[in-house]
Amino acid sequence: MPETTLLIGTRKGALVARRPRAGAAWELGPLELPMSEVYGTGIDARGATPRLFAAADSPHWGPTLFHSDDMGRTWNEPGEAPVAFPKETGASLVRIWQIQAGPASAPGVVYAGVEPHALFRSEDGGITFSLVEGLYNHPHRGEWVPGNGGACLHTVVPHPTDPDRVLVALSAGGVYRTRDGGASWEAANRGIQSYWMPEDQRFPEFGQCVHKVASHPSFPERLFAQNHFGVYRSDNYGTSWETIESGLPSTFGFPMVVHPQEPETIYIFPLKADSHRFPATGRCEVYRSRDGGKSWTALRSGLPEGEYRAAVLRDAMCTDGGDPAGIYFGTRAGEVYGSPDAGDHFEKITEHLPDVLSVRAVQLS
Amino acid sequence: MTATLVLPAALRPAAGGAPELDIAEGTVRAALDSLAATMPLLERRVRDEQGRVRPHIRLYLGSSDVEDLEGLDTKVAAGARLYVIPAVSGG
Repeated sequence: MPETTLLIGTRKGALVARRPRAGAAWELGPLELPMSEVYGTGIDARGATPRLFAAADSPHWGPTLFHSDDMGRTWNEPGEAPVAFPKETGASLVRIWQIQAGPASAPGVVYAGVEPHALFRSEDGGITFSLVEGLYNHPHRGEWVPGNGGACLHTVVPHPTDPDRVLVALSAGGVYRTRDGGASWEAANRGIQSYWMPEDQRFPEFGQCVHKVASHPSFPERLFAQNHFGVYRSDNYGTSWETIESGLPSTFGFPMVVHPQEPETIYIFPLKADSHRFPATGRCEVYRSRDGGKSWTALRSGLPEGEYRAAVLRDAMCTDGGDPAGIYFGTRAGEVYGSPDAGDHFEKITEHLPDVLSVRAVQLS
Repeated sequence: MTATLVLPAALRPAAGGAPELDIAEGTVRAALDSLAATMPLLERRVRDEQGRVRPHIRLYLGSSDVEDLEGLDTKVAAGARLYVIPAVSGG
């Protein structure tokens, strides 16, 4: 029976929960990296030993990146700064928002999406990173603006088979993609709306506030996006997007997760609006579509009854890649829920944490 | 003759547990540059990659904030004590 490891990043540290086998109780480890905001967590499960990542941002001591090669029992930080802007940029790292392993064909490649808007790439498994200058020097850079969370590149979607293709999302700049290993990047936002703009400017080439993009490895051309108002699907790797909002209580939210086996099954956590960042229906509900966004169903079995006021942030929902698929999410109320059956039923894994910023999970046989 | 860098408790693990470190007399900047070469993990807790002191940190030379003196160019004399002081902030 598979063992599941769940890495939880919070506003004041990170911890690992472990379930030794399906149906067993979750075992919670201690809170590590105390007083660090852990917006970025990652699990690189391509090697024989999975590598866990925790991007720790201390308000006093700055941002850095830890890794663990023993499933979170110990955390290591390189002597030299793992992610740092070159001197000539004049820029300073504010926060690492995203840690994402590259495709299997590029086993040492790990990406870091950061604030201020930039992408870094590692070729040594996430120990040292270099700035992807093709994106940093993009002519649009001067027109990208910070979202409410900052000027962050928060999403990295590597192509599962072609290491030269990567898609990123930034707030508020929108979606960009490269087909040449990062040398050149093009905006890929056609069909995504910037609702706050004047009516004749609502579909710009770039500048959209995309909150999260996800894809399924078996259909890499198909992407799903949760926008700052708007839920979208692309069937051509971002060349164009169409809305998949029918049946949703709201189109605002942050996470977007794809089922690990079913490429048409996706999960979101709708919030009422940007001005009211509470669950859209006033209840703790995940919304799932099993037909690529044509229809949606509220999932609430095992979740709190009655009024619920905590949001779920963009990286605070994930799957464990297993079969059956586990689905997990953490809330800003410091609770973490998990479903062993793709969302049909949830259970509370832990509570009373600082607000949860990110979760990542992996099943190991 | 050397001066002394005095560390807050939160930074001592990055200095092998030491509460104080010897630094050469010279300037604050030179002391931190030297630290970047010998203890980079400790130094980047104090300054970012552009050499700017992090916003929630103050450096005091004796009883004076170096920002009220000559900033990172402030002279550090032999026997002086340079304190790293984190802001009383957070929640």
